[in-house]
Amino acid sequence: MTQTESQSPTAAISGAAIVDAIKRSGVGFVVSVPDRVTSETVLRGIASDSALKLVRVCKEDEGVSICAALSFCDKRALLLMQNTGLLDSINALRGIAVEYNLPVVMMVGLLSHESVEPPVQSRRYGVRIVPLILDAMGIAYEFLHSAGDEQRIAPAIERAYADSKPLVLLIGRSPV
Amino acid sequence: MKRDECLKLIAKYHRDEIVVPVYQATFEWLAIKPEAPIFTAVGAMGQASSLALGFALGAPERRVMVFDGDGSLLMNLGTLVTIANAAPANLLHFVCENGTYEANGGHPIPAKDKVSFAGLARAAGYREAYEFADLHMLEAALPDILRATGPVFITLKVEAGASYPQDWAYMHGTAAREKFRVALRQPHRT
Repeated sequence: MTQTESQSPTAAISGAAIVDAIKRSGVGFVVSVPDRVTSETVLRGIASDSALKLVRVCKEDEGVSICAALSFCDKRALLLMQNTGLLDSINALRGIAVEYNLPVVMMVGLLSHESVEPPVQSRRYGVRIVPLILDAMGIAYEFLHSAGDEQRIAPAIERAYADSKPLVLLIGRSPV
Repeated sequence: MKRDECLKLIAKYHRDEIVVPVYQATFEWLAIKPEAPIFTAVGAMGQASSLALGFALGAPERRVMVFDGDGSLLMNLGTLVTIANAAPANLLHFVCENGTYEANGGHPIPAKDKVSFAGLARAAGYREAYEFADLHMLEAALPDILRATGPVFITLKVEAGASYPQDWAYMHGTAAREKFRVALRQPHRT
């Protein structure tokens, strides 16, 4: 079979495939501050999907707490935000997610990374420090950038809830 | 009003609502009505109301009472807009306003005696907002407030009351969270 662009390992990940993977993971709530990387292809899809309840928050640390609380009600949630929002939420992540051992799942667009290269190699300081901070905090993460990577979403979320641990899904370039 | 007297009064009407208190209010609730489903793990700068919103959305069949602090709310003011927009009918947002960062040395909050928290909540879009500085007036209004469709905001102008044991390890510990998790799975009456 001829490899089409959409099947190429360098083709960008599909926003619709991400939304499908989120739903397959049992996530019913998405909590979000808009992120430029995922705004058009992921957040708009979520906002128009009646199977997902979208909670718009003013600041991302609110979302950490909302997702954590929902886990006590046996409801799965995902916090969709930008790397800037993740950086702004570090104390909430420290207290609510890490020290209390709660399954807070985050999907984080890496602003201006637009690359399949590992974020730690980014020329952007605000991107380059993200994996270093997550490592320092002991928070697991996956780096998603190309078609097919969406298949890693559901197993990662399943592990986060099984282990009651936070998880970050880093989006390396704008989904199509 | 003494804060513990306010909480004792509210506890008289409490059935099995989820209770999310902040710091000193936590120790008081734990002494006043320890059998309540109390979520004590709010140690992250103003997050109690956001946690309460998560409980309200995740358990719409139950009612949720959050006992915020004024200093805590100031650290997370956007929560008022978020809650008003989400409009959980089952959320009662109390703020114990004492004008200080009580847990951090008693220093005054910014704009002490100037800011109106009920005014902020009303402007953000809460369905109802109240302010009480008199225990008898609170007692008279409480039955209707507790039955009202949320989100409802209630400022309690308080000063510290009696001293209560402060078990910080329990507040942040696994045992308190597991007790709460078990309580959430019990049949509810509210």
